[in-house]
Amino acid sequence: MIRIANGQGFWGDWLEAPVRLVEGGPIDYLTLDYLAEVTMSILQKQRQADPQLGYARDFPPLIGRIARQVRDRGIKVVANAGGVNPVACARAVLKAAPGLRVAVVLGDDVLSRIDEFLGKGYEMLNIDTGEPLSTIRDRILSANVYIGAFPLAEALATGADVVISGRCADAALVLAPMIQRFGWRPDDYDKLASGIVAGHIIECGAQCSGGNCQVDWQNIPDLANIGYPIVEGEPDGSFAVTKHPGTGGRIDSHGIKEQLLYEIGDPRQYMTPDCVADFTSLRLEDAGPDRVQGRGVRGGPRPPMLKASISYHAGWKASGTLVYSWPQAIEKARAADRITRQRLEQLGLRFDETHTEYFGVNACHGPAARPVNDPPEVQVRISVRGSDKRAVDRFTREMIPLVLTGPPGGTGYGEGRPEVRQIVAYWPALVPRKEIHTRVEVVA
Amino acid sequence: MKVPLWRVAHTRSGDKGDISNIGVIAWQPHYYPILLQEVTPPRVKAFFGELVLGDVERFELPNLHALNLLLHRGLGGGGTVSLRTDAQGKTLGAALLAMEIDVDERDLTD
Repeated sequence: MIRIANGQGFWGDWLEAPVRLVEGGPIDYLTLDYLAEVTMSILQKQRQADPQLGYARDFPPLIGRIARQVRDRGIKVVANAGGVNPVACARAVLKAAPGLRVAVVLGDDVLSRIDEFLGKGYEMLNIDTGEPLSTIRDRILSANVYIGAFPLAEALATGADVVISGRCADAALVLAPMIQRFGWRPDDYDKLASGIVAGHIIECGAQCSGGNCQVDWQNIPDLANIGYPIVEGEPDGSFAVTKHPGTGGRIDSHGIKEQLLYEIGDPRQYMTPDCVADFTSLRLEDAGPDRVQGRGVRGGPRPPMLKASISYHAGWKASGTLVYSWPQAIEKARAADRITRQRLEQLGLRFDETHTEYFGVNACHGPAARPVNDPPEVQVRISVRGSDKRAVDRFTREMIPLVLTGPPGGTGYGEGRPEVRQIVAYWPALVPRKEIHTRVEVVA
Repeated sequence: MKVPLWRVAHTRSGDKGDISNIGVIAWQPHYYPILLQEVTPPRVKAFFGELVLGDVERFELPNLHALNLLLHRGLGGGGTVSLRTDAQGKTLGAALLAMEIDVDERDLTD
């Protein structure tokens, strides 16, 4: 049995979590998932500004904090912290933790190969909309293929203490140690699928151990000290999900079910670079306090195409808010929206979309929100987006004047003018697997 | 009798591009048939109204006594394009808990 802990569900997750996982009890592997869909484009911009950047900058100091334990206890770290510059990330790790052995997995970055792919006739249609990539070709900011667990396992096999990748399937971080330690092969479909299911359960960190959980949430113990999840994986593919004793949070089958269903499509065909997993074959049972057992997962062969994550510039946006108080708070907020839209119209400004929400009334649930009657205050939030940056910038000057020129009692403008932000949109597409060649390098 | 969905199920929701996904999990195994009968794509689409522009797709997970709902074009463009506060649909699962469903009172055991 091996213990694989996940200490980061996204870049910006709780900084203390990985340290507590290392110090709080036995683990063999520590995985860290840093890359959300749009993170790659941010990192690409950082690398353009400075060739030594472009990776998750939280990662090297973290390794510095846990280096002694990693070395003394033989814990292996597997992280997609490399972003668009895994080698620079590895060098920063070696600076923060001299003496550790660091391996990187390369080959996911295909930004420089887009035209080659288009030239070969791969249209890279948007999976969601069916549009061809040529419609956004000149606005592409980053392009990375999701790689699987086998290259990560190969990197572990070099004896590295720390394995760093760029874009990889989130659950592959957890599957890789199982492949390496148990000797699973590419046609061990059921075992691979089981590892993917285990990885899916813990890839969002504490979201499977009591965080963001609807199940009797008021009585989930000590969320301030929530324990991040640990998978205990067996050579036959079965696994248990648990956490260190004495930590907060809760692990039970109902909470695990919430996470199993989180951000999936067809549960019978959960596609990954390593296999297709059937979530409906999983047998899940509570197996003691803060312990859930999983077995029975079935899988199928890996798909011939790999998913690419392409980001592109898609215009500009801004959001402004004002607060109106009782009496007639909702009516005042609606009047502010009407007046603003009329002024934007008179200025001749055109936007792709103008969207208004009323906090305390309908901001989250829109038309499905429960009715509100005469609230003590309401915040109005007006947002615009479009391709003309000047128009969006002009909009940001239209909110605060309402305080003196609109309905009575407008307040809450202390943060000043809204900020114009670039929209970096996400373009999911498919690339033939045969075009992608990963390689492992040990960085000294 | 009419009860809100939360009486028989809990939910978690998230995003994949412009698709919101809502996992709906029965509190008890014998509530799962109620979900199958009551939480249908047309009713979910009607519940969310103009929030969801595309179709609602439903997948069944009998092993977990759960459903997975995909709300196509449900996030105002999704991700960074959407101007909504809840651009990732994190709260849409909670919204659905208010949907009224029809149950036989004798089936409610807790």
